[in-house]
Amino acid sequence: MSAVVQLDAIHKTYESSEVPVHAVRGVTLSIAAGEFVAIMGASGSGKSTLMNLLGCLDRPTQGRYLLDGTDVAQLDRNQLADLRNQKLGFVFQGFNLLSRTTARENVELPMLYGRRRFTTKEIHDRALQSLDLVGLRQRADHFPSQLSGGQQQRVAIARALINEPQVLLADEPTGNLDSKTSVEIMGVFQKLNAQGITIVMVTHELDIAHYCKRNLIMRDGRLVSDTAVTDRLNAAAEMQRLLAAEAEAKLTA
Amino acid sequence: MRFINVIKVALRALRRSAMRSVLTALGIIIGVAAVIAMVSIGNGAKSQVEASIASLGQNIITVFPGSMTSGGMRGGWGSASSLTVEDAEAITREVAGIAALSPEMNDRSQVLANGLNWNTTIRGEDISYLDIRLWAIDEGEMFSEADVHSATKVCVIGRTTATQLFQDSDPIGQSLRIRNIPFKVLGVLASKGFNFFGQDQDDVVIIPYTSHLKRIARRPNLNSIIIQAQSPEVMARVQQDITDLLQQRRNGKEPDFTVRNQQELAEAATATTKTMTLLLGAIASVSLVVGGIGIMNIMLVSVTERTREIGIRLAVGAHGRDVLTQFLVEAIILSVMGGALGVALGVGASQIVSKLNNWPVLVSTSAIVGAVGFSALIGIFFGFYPARKAAQLDPIEALRYE
Repeated sequence: MSAVVQLDAIHKTYESSEVPVHAVRGVTLSIAAGEFVAIMGASGSGKSTLMNLLGCLDRPTQGRYLLDGTDVAQLDRNQLADLRNQKLGFVFQGFNLLSRTTARENVELPMLYGRRRFTTKEIHDRALQSLDLVGLRQRADHFPSQLSGGQQQRVAIARALINEPQVLLADEPTGNLDSKTSVEIMGVFQKLNAQGITIVMVTHELDIAHYCKRNLIMRDGRLVSDTAVTDRLNAAAEMQRLLAAEAEAKLTA
Repeated sequence: MRFINVIKVALRALRRSAMRSVLTALGIIIGVAAVIAMVSIGNGAKSQVEASIASLGQNIITVFPGSMTSGGMRGGWGSASSLTVEDAEAITREVAGIAALSPEMNDRSQVLANGLNWNTTIRGEDISYLDIRLWAIDEGEMFSEADVHSATKVCVIGRTTATQLFQDSDPIGQSLRIRNIPFKVLGVLASKGFNFFGQDQDDVVIIPYTSHLKRIARRPNLNSIIIQAQSPEVMARVQQDITDLLQQRRNGKEPDFTVRNQQELAEAATATTKTMTLLLGAIASVSLVVGGIGIMNIMLVSVTERTREIGIRLAVGAHGRDVLTQFLVEAIILSVMGGALGVALGVGASQIVSKLNNWPVLVSTSAIVGAVGFSALIGIFFGFYPARKAAQLDPIEALRYE
């Protein structure tokens, strides 16, 4: 399979403080289409910086980053924005939905900023399609405040998917959710991955990483481990198990 | 982003904090309303002044006697008794472009009638006087040329004099006594109200100037000569001709007369009100600028509050220009809506003021267009800095902002 993400000895140094902070020190990484990667590491290990680099929110100070064959280092602010818009989808820990804006309108947002012009109807239809993928079509006209945490995160996923990106980037997508809802979200990810979407996520929870196909561990700005997941968890099965346990707890109570 | 969406997003953002939007726009509302009201009121006052000057008559030139110096004391204009009936006749005869002329006498005196007395102005005039002053007879008739010729003891009286002396009874045909000389009342003049200087023009008794010279003043000299030129274009020439003629008649002596035209008075008066209007408008525009600063302030707060929103928009692919446009459009909508409401308020206020003062309503279109255009400019000017600040945010920083 061809590599969607190709990192070549990537460095990132922040010069803003008195002592330059060397956050990422030479990461070389290749992620092929259809992969499902979890990046783990302690705080300060550079995983968030790596995520920002992968997400084209920031440019590397050294090294080469090819996203779907495009060298990111050469692009200006607006070209990076277009790249994010067309090739990447973002899911954040804090959902980052616009409040007082319906689920559908939140999902439409990336399409509004696309360089291609769509009719209002096209945008509507695509947003509903995207919400369908995460099973929230019937909640299209709800506001984020009327949705549970898991539902909000699914809206965010639908937003990330609307422009049919090459890679879905998720930064601690289950960080704000309870364990059952976390399994629910991982189920959505596994389903999307099964449909061929490449997913890269940052997490610090080992059990969440077990739903992925490949685990990377970072320490002090370097990749120290890169393993394929052998005992991969299936979210659907886990959900069954959780529900059964819940039912049993109710019976005994 | 399509422009319709930009406007939708801006309206939603403004509606989200409706109270704040209204308060922010209030600065512009008041500013625009003040500009429009001030300019309208100023224009109303100007037209009022113009109307009251026009009521004095059109294209009027007045000749006054010069000043008289006696024992080192200079008497000021009109103190000399140098203007004669012959001067008036010479002007009628020799100056072209004159529509009408009336030699004038002017005195105050106690008038008795009907067992009542009243101190009023006694004017001696020719029959053309009413035409010159655009003054109509309400009841009865004006005295005739024959009356002027033979210095008859007849008069027409103003409405105020009629009320004061005759009260409810009909004054026509009755007689009143000026310095013990009985004058028969031929007519009552239409009410003309107060003049530009605040004098009651209806408080008057008008008699033939010949009667005034012979019976009341008992002197050979006129108080003034009032002349109406045929058109505004010939005013200057007629004035010059009159000056030359009178000078010629005085055989090279010091000029003991002065020729004034009403245009100068009118110009001075309208210039004053124009300056006032400009001044009021300028003061009102200051509040517009203050309103603009209010908008800038709130937009800056709004940018800070919505840092995360901006971060999300940038992360999903908005260009800096998209964010700039969004905030700029918000500021412009605020100020233009404020401007529109301000126009309504300003027009309303000027209607009320003109109604209270009995002024004509003169809401100037240029003031409306100017104020609304200016408020849009203020939106752009004061909205640009906050909008640019938003557009230049770093997406990573903005997303992390709590």
